[in-house]
Amino acid sequence: MNTNLLFDFVVDKTTKTVCITREFDADLSLVWDAFTIAELIDQWIAPKPFTAKTKYQDFKVGGKRFYAMISPDGQERWVIQEYTSITPKTNFKMYNAFAGENEIPEPSGSEWDHTFSEQNGKTKVNISIYNESLERMERILDGFTQGMKLSLTNLENLLAVLSGK
Amino acid sequence: MRRDIFQAIADPTRRAIITLIALEAMTPNAIAEHFDSTRQAVSKHLRILTECELVKQEYQGREIYYSLEIEKMKEIDKWLDQFRKIWETKFNQLDKLLATLKKQKK
Repeated sequence: MNTNLLFDFVVDKTTKTVCITREFDADLSLVWDAFTIAELIDQWIAPKPFTAKTKYQDFKVGGKRFYAMISPDGQERWVIQEYTSITPKTNFKMYNAFAGENEIPEPSGSEWDHTFSEQNGKTKVNISIYNESLERMERILDGFTQGMKLSLTNLENLLAVLSGK
Repeated sequence: MRRDIFQAIADPTRRAIITLIALEAMTPNAIAEHFDSTRQAVSKHLRILTECELVKQEYQGREIYYSLEIEKMKEIDKWLDQFRKIWETKFNQLDKLLATLKKQKK
């Protein structure tokens, strides 16, 4: 982990909001691209060993990104995001919801607000995620950690087999 | 109403109380001295904290002493830590991607 870069993470269960602030050692336009261009988003948004795959993206207000989070055992979890506001290189907002493969969103989603600012060649990103349902927030979390535990077990098994050779 | 630990820490006064009694067990009067709010208001916060099982009461003679349930606090840490870790992983991946992009631009 890059320890000299600011990382702030606050969960406020009463307002159902997660506030994340992170600094990146790159100029604003590059960071903006990494957050808004699907080919780049896919390269970092899924915490390993998960991967992400965007089916399509239309980065404009009212446009959508439809993508899948893929678990190590190949299970796809589709997410649909609709861009609700875009101020180039400053801010964008979107509505994020799990969806079926038919792109129909599940009833309860979250509102994401991203703000970008640059200082001395470093870019600060503020993300606030408002969850309509706290249970959903907890479910996502559980899903991830279970998935991660599972893949770690797989890895352990694999290593055991390999070292046994 | 069912209470959970997250309600306990949702209020700034309650967070301050937690910080206070983390150091040593205290009586409600001693706790109230640290705040501008009334003794009743502090009692109410202590009641909520007790209902959330974040603090425990112990009788010493006539006095009630409040102290922190450290194990319960760890639950909060554990929950938040998992969520935080996911983001940490993602951002570390983004750091690498940005470094690669910067090299390509040069």
